[in-house]
This record gives sequence, structure tokens and C-alpha cells, in this order.
Amino acid sequence: MTIRMPGAVKGVLTAVVLATAALAATPSLAEIKGLEIIAPASPGGGWDQHARTLQQVLQDQKLASGIQVVNIPGAGGTVGLAQFVTAKKRSPTILVGGQIMLGAIVTNKSAVTLDQVTPLARLTGEYTAIVVPPDSPIKTFDDLIKKFKADPGSVSWGGGSAGGSDQILAGLIAKAVGVDPNKVNYVATAGGGELLASALGGHVTLGMGGYSEFAPQFQAGKLRAIAVSAPQRLPGSDTPTLKEQGVDLEFVNWRGVFAQSSAKPAELKELQEAVAKAVASDEWKQAVKQRGWIDLYQPSAEFASFLKQERAQIEGTLKDIGLVK
Amino acid sequence: MDTLAALGHGFLVALTPYNLLWSAIGVTVGTAVGVLPGIGPALTVALLLPVTYGLEPTSAFIMFAGIYYGAMYGGSTTSILLNAPGESGSIVTAIDGHAMARQGRGAQALATAAIGSFIAGTIATAALTFVAPLMVKMALLFGPAEYFALMVLALTTVTAVLGSSLARGLASLFLGLALGLVGIDMQTGQARLAFGVPELLDGIDTVVVAVGLFAVGETLYVASRHRFETEEIYALKGSKWMSREDWARSWKPWLRGTLLGFPIGTLPAGGSEIPTFLSYLVEKRLAKKPEEFGKGAIEAVAGPEAANNASAAGVLAPLLSLGLPTSATAAIMLAAFQQYGLQPGPTLFDNNPELVWGMIASLYIGNVLLLVLNLPLVGFWVKLLLIPRPWLYAGILVFSSLGAYTLNNNVIDLVILWVIGLLGFGMRVLNVPVAPCVVGLILGPLAEQQFRRALAISQGDPSVFLTHPISAALLIIAALLVIGPMVLRYRSNGAAKGAGKGDNASPSGSHPAT
Repeated sequence: MTIRMPGAVKGVLTAVVLATAALAATPSLAEIKGLEIIAPASPGGGWDQHARTLQQVLQDQKLASGIQVVNIPGAGGTVGLAQFVTAKKRSPTILVGGQIMLGAIVTNKSAVTLDQVTPLARLTGEYTAIVVPPDSPIKTFDDLIKKFKADPGSVSWGGGSAGGSDQILAGLIAKAVGVDPNKVNYVATAGGGELLASALGGHVTLGMGGYSEFAPQFQAGKLRAIAVSAPQRLPGSDTPTLKEQGVDLEFVNWRGVFAQSSAKPAELKELQEAVAKAVASDEWKQAVKQRGWIDLYQPSAEFASFLKQERAQIEGTLKDIGLVK
Repeated sequence: MDTLAALGHGFLVALTPYNLLWSAIGVTVGTAVGVLPGIGPALTVALLLPVTYGLEPTSAFIMFAGIYYGAMYGGSTTSILLNAPGESGSIVTAIDGHAMARQGRGAQALATAAIGSFIAGTIATAALTFVAPLMVKMALLFGPAEYFALMVLALTTVTAVLGSSLARGLASLFLGLALGLVGIDMQTGQARLAFGVPELLDGIDTVVVAVGLFAVGETLYVASRHRFETEEIYALKGSKWMSREDWARSWKPWLRGTLLGFPIGTLPAGGSEIPTFLSYLVEKRLAKKPEEFGKGAIEAVAGPEAANNASAAGVLAPLLSLGLPTSATAAIMLAAFQQYGLQPGPTLFDNNPELVWGMIASLYIGNVLLLVLNLPLVGFWVKLLLIPRPWLYAGILVFSSLGAYTLNNNVIDLVILWVIGLLGFGMRVLNVPVAPCVVGLILGPLAEQQFRRALAISQGDPSVFLTHPISAALLIIAALLVIGPMVLRYRSNGAAKGAGKGDNASPSGSHPAT
């Protein structure tokens, strides 16, 4: 049986076939085989989501193949970090991590630190929102600071795990307004739903957490944001920044990826390029937008110097709060 | 009326052959995941998430909901047959469920679990349909003080599993409380009893302890007695159907379990174990033959199994109406909502009614599918016990070890499993009950955290536990549960003494000192 095909259709078909072939051929030159991404947390959390999104994008963009995500939860990511540092891997392996890991390394007196891994790239960040229930007597950030200065203990700050990003920001704010950070009445929760519930129910004076986690509650009028830790107001939001309200602070809960320090320079370059191409893709940008993250990509060298600053600040604050001696 | 119309529309969405197929796949995968050790519904959904990217969101969520419900069903199977609870919600089931299985009543235990889960799941899904917003409002009233009181109430369960010797029971409870202290203290971030082992910083997993104490301890004990005792294990004695008496003893616990499970499930920090504990306690208190508890009472399987399924539906209430994830699986589903560009939260019902109501309708359908899938499988499952004992017990050890490892991909968990297993063996030899240890391990840390949070917020004023009405009420109930039976025993002993004129007829060995 023969099918007569008009010339125009034939031409278009040929073009499509050729284009697909060209698309498939070029990037596959640098394809990384059998990449393993370690998410040092349970499925569902931020690090796990970053690992899985990265997996998807690297795969779809043909930057890597046979990618596996392995969850090694525990102790603020330090269990996964320790395994990552000591493991002798045959295939390339990268680790997802973030700010919480920095604090956890210090508070848990971890035997391994970020000195033993190579920063690959900073990926995203989230700014912290300070929220109160709609019927709270605290209407503005100023009200909060007045109450806090008058009687520091009367303000209960609800946030994520002890020594994590939220407690560090609380300590920084206290220091900035001239209250002893040691006096912050911080109430640690498991974060996520538990934190949201205690903020919604008004069981703590204020809640602290990623802006996007609370965003749906703002729209529904169930929570009110009185400050955000971003350098300027976030797009589509009229929540004033800390800076606007007289506290000279910027604070971002960042996430990034790390390579093993045993990786050879050529391998490292390959990984850096793959991550750089992945974050430049539309697919990544789309995913970042959908999940309410903020693209804060920094390549290896810049990320390394950012880490150095960040570490000094976090370690200093943890001492001020009294969590670390 | 609006709700009914929306639900009707939801059924139309869920009953299309295409979505029905996804629901069937979901419940089958879920049941398998529940039976397999170490793989929970949370991990399964996370693994499937990229695969379902091309699916309609509605179909994907119908499948996820099926997995979630299915895992709750499947979890009881290993608890009952192998004494190895796959997740913390079915730990209580193992106590009497496995005892029933050893007496050749495994089929009845599985059946009462399956039917109880079905009934609880259906009622709780109906509750989810109609009273979800109200329940969530109630749940938000629970602050740290209220949670602490709830934990104290749940802790009174221990009185139902103490066994014959108070001293041994309490020793077991305190061992559990001590194990619960291991790890980072949540309020201060300091490590406790971790001995420099980073893997211990997150505490000891309750499932590892339960499997160690129940399955490994038991197996070692059986192996050590093998030559001296020949206790028969019956795969099936008599009919595989539930008798009239079984039904009569099961239906009330099913309903009571549902009543406990759903509201506690909606609590953001409730936990799936707590309603199962409370259900066990309630059933023992109300049972005609409380002495059968721990030795294979069907009520002790029916109630807790209904409770854990009802709480699974409860968890969906805050997720759908507020975007509040209260369990690991709920957190993943939340992430999945975002993958599809849906905004979970208070506006989800208004913006995506088709999805939400389709999913709720698919829960009803999933429940029916699960019953259809599970009841015929009962006969197949109990055949597991026909495996010659050395093989069966070797298999249980392999199965338990595999599960402990896959939980966190961590060798330390294997070591913990075996140390706890040896401990369980020792406890069995010395006739110390193991259940109080598990109760202490689960509730101790929860109670401690809430207690300290409550005091932090009140700036050290302990009266918060009594000035908050819900907290005060829960504490009073707990006190009555502990003191009540003592008073009753005292009075009945006194009466027996008076009537029997020194005739030592009193059945309970504990005479008051007077």
C-alpha cells in the first residue's frame, strides 16, 4: 500500500526529523552517566524536592542519564554529609544542602564540615516571613519590637528546628534592635504543618518560615505578614522588608549542591557545566516559579566565597543565642 | 446541599473508567507497599511523582490517595502474621493480632482488620466530606498545653498493657522512656545519649524498636526454646470466616476506633499511633473478658485497625482545607500539588473543586476496591504460616533486617535493630512485657516536647495545663482512667471480703492491705 504524500508535507516532515536529530545530538556529547544525587533529608522536604527537580531537569535536558536520588535523612543533613564525604563512589555523586546544614554542623559538633566538600553551585533561596494571626494585637513590626523590648520573654517566636535558619534570624533581629539574643523565647517545632498550625491557632506570638510556605494563608486572610527578610519587597507582595522598618538585615535560606572533594578537575568541570546548563533551562525556571523558590544561582567560585561569609555570621549568631559555647 | 452536589460531581469524575483504573493501581501498589518493610507511602509517592508528570492532576491524586489508603490496609498484614509492624500505626495491632495468628485465628484477625478498615475508612471519608472545615477549626484550638494533656491521656494506655507484674511493666515503660531521650533535644538543639554517633542524633526509629522487640526478640526466643517446647503454630484452625461471635465482638470496636481516629488524625501533631493506643485502652476497659487482652482478643485488633484508617482520612482534612500537611505522606502530596501548579491551601476547594471532590469520591471507591482486594487475599496470606518454622523464622529475620535498613539507607539502624532484638529476647526470658516499652518510646518524647513548649510560651507558669479548658478536661479524664479502676477494685475486693467471710475467692490477687 502506498500513500501519496504532498510535497509540502514531506518537506516539513524531513525538517522536523532533522531538527529532532540535531537537538538530540548536540547536548548528548557531555552527558554524565549514572549520576547519584544525595538528598540528606526525608522525601518531601525542600532538599528532597531540589534533588528530584534537578534529577528531572538534568534528565530531560539530556545533561545526565541514569540519575538516582538517594535519601539519607538525619541530624540536619549531617548524617548524609558524613556518608557523602567518606563514600568512595565509582559514579559521579552530588549532595544537596543548604543553610540549615551550616548550623547543624556547629550545633551537632559534626565530625565532617563543608570544608571537606567542593561547593558546586548555589541554586535557590527563600526569604523568611514573620507572620501573626489576623486578630493578633500586634499589627506591625514596630508593635512587635516594642513588646519585645519591654518584655523579651513575652514574645514567643515559633519556627523550625533549634539552631536552624529561623532561630538564627530571630537572634540577628534581637541583636539589631539591641536586645540580648540569649533572651529570645524561641519555640522550636518540626516546621511545616506543625509550625503553620501553631501560627494559625495563635499558640505562639509570631511564626517564622519561608514566605512561599505561608503565601496561600495570606491570600485567604488567615495569617498576616508583618515583615520579610528580603532586600526589597517580593514581586506581587506588599509585605514591607526588615530594612524598610529600621532593621538593617537581609537573610536568605539558601540551597545549593556540592561535589565530593575527591572529584577530579575534569569531572568537576563537567558537573559544573551540567548544573549551569540545567538552571539556565526554561524547565528549571518553570519549576522554581511553581514551587515558590527564588532563583539565586551562583557558580562554584562565588558560592565558595558566599559560604565563607555565611559561616562566620551563623557561627557568631549561634554563640550569641547561647546554643553553642 | 452544595456539598452533596459537589460530591456527586466528584463521583462522576472518579467513576470514569480511566480514573477507576488509576484508583485500582493506587490501592494495589499501596497494599504492596504496606506489606513490604521499610517502604512507606511517602517514599512511594515521591518516587512516582516524576512518572506521573504527564498525567491529569486529578488522575494522579486519585492514585496517590489510593496508595495512602492501601498502605494503611497492607500494614496490618505483616503485623498480624509476622509480628513485624510495617509502620507505627499498626504496632498495637501486632500485640493481639499475632497472638490470634498463632492460635490459628489469623484469618479472622486479618478479616476484622480489613472490614474494620473499610468501615472506618468509609465513615471517616464521609466525615471528611461534611465536617472537615469544622474539625480543622477544632484542631487549631490545640496548642502545646492541649497536646501535652492528650499525650498524658494516651500514656494511660500503659495500664492496659502492663501485664501481671507492676514492677516489670514499669521497668519496661521506663526503658522505653529512656530510649525516647536519645537524640537531639528539639528545644535546645543539644544532643542527648547519642555517644557521638551522628546516626543517633535523630533518635531511635519507633518502627525499628517495635520490630526489634516484637519480631526479632520473639524469633530468638522461639529458636532458643525450639528443642524443649513444641508449641504448635496453626495456620488455620476451623473456618476462615468470622463467626457470629467475632462479628458481635468486632462491630462496636470498629465504630469506637473510628470515633477516636478521625478527630485525632486531623490534629497537626496527633500522630497515627495515638488513636490506636487509646482504642486499645478503651476496648480493654469495656471488654467482657479483659483477661484475654494480650492473648488474642479480637476487639484489640478491630478497634486499633479502625482507628488508624480513620486517622488516615483525618490527615486529609487539614491538608485539603488549609494546605496543612500533618504527616510525611501529606507533605509529599502538598509538593505534588505544587508540581501541577496548584496552590494548596484555603483556596483549593474554590479554585479546583473538580480535583478535590474527585479525590474525595475516589477515597470511597478506593475503600471498596481495597476490601475486594484484601478479603480474598486473607486465605492466601495465612498460608504463609504453613511454611516450616525454621524457614518461617529465618524469613522473618531477613524481612525485618531488610526493612530496618531500607528505612534510612543506614547500617546503624541494623545494629540498633539487633541490639534491641537481643534486649527483647532477654525481656521475654525474664517475663517482662515489651508493649509498655514501645508506648513509652513513642509518647515520651512527644509529651516532653509539648510540655516544654507550653512552659516556654507561658514563661514557666505551670498553671496553663489547668487553665486551658481542653487541657484540663483531658487531664481529668486521664486521672479518672487511672484512679477509677483502682477504686472499683478496692470496692469489689471489700465486698468480696465481706460476703465471703475470709473465703479467698477474690479473683484478683491484689488484696488491699486493710
